[in-house]
Amino acid sequence: MRKLILLFVAGGMFGSGLAMSGMTNPARVIGFLDVFGAWDPTLAFVMGGAVGSYAIAMAVFRRRWPASCPAQDRKGPISKRLVLGAVLFGIGWGIAGFCPGPALADFAALRIEALWFVPAMAIGMILSQRFLGADRD
Amino acid sequence: MNTSTILLAVAGGVLIGVGSAIATVVSGRIPGISGVFGRLFRPKYGDSLWRVVFLCGLMFGAVLTMLLFPSAAEYRPMAPLAWIPIAGLLVGIGTRVGGGCTSGHGVCGVGSGAIDSIVATMVFMAAAIATVFVIHHPGA
Repeated sequence: MRKLILLFVAGGMFGSGLAMSGMTNPARVIGFLDVFGAWDPTLAFVMGGAVGSYAIAMAVFRRRWPASCPAQDRKGPISKRLVLGAVLFGIGWGIAGFCPGPALADFAALRIEALWFVPAMAIGMILSQRFLGADRD
Repeated sequence: MNTSTILLAVAGGVLIGVGSAIATVVSGRIPGISGVFGRLFRPKYGDSLWRVVFLCGLMFGAVLTMLLFPSAAEYRPMAPLAWIPIAGLLVGIGTRVGGGCTSGHGVCGVGSGAIDSIVATMVFMAAAIATVFVIHHPGA
């Protein structure tokens, strides 16, 4: 029960951070990706804050609760599969400005685009996991 | 973009990073959203409840923040509705084939110094930038 409460709080922080930083607004995301247009650097600050705080928090957590942390794998294989998947994801992200987290947040906010996007994403995941195999995890 | 936008972006990023780190320790897994969500459709016994709870927290936190702060509720769609299912399919297939999204590879993987995640993040960023260029600067 304590774990589930912590997970709800962790999810709440994640979702609140997405909305607070403007990442649930596709215009901000596309603005960042539009480096040859009117570039909006907001997403770079979000990523910087997230990557830095994750690295610091995990350094603390790994020292405090080493047994609870997943094994650290810094040299996972760089396969054709990894690159192909990232290309397909990047194209989809560039079309709509939704990646999975913001899409779920906007789904909950009943934004019409997300109400279409999330079921399509789920179908893509189901097809991929059924016919293209699971990823390495 | 002004100072308050930058501060909100960094603060939001820290919430995302610390939330991800807590979820990593509590679940013992890398809590990338595409993996947390996608694996709900390939359930293993005892492996679904934590995913649902984490994602419900995400949706609750996002909607609450949108209700409390008008700036967080700003929203402007960037693609015609007819393109949205295609984008969703590509994101669904791509994240499961590539083993992660902006959070799993981009935040957790890069934050852990994982080489494969750094490569994946550079590739999906480049692909997304190229896609936006083609769509928004036709004839350039």
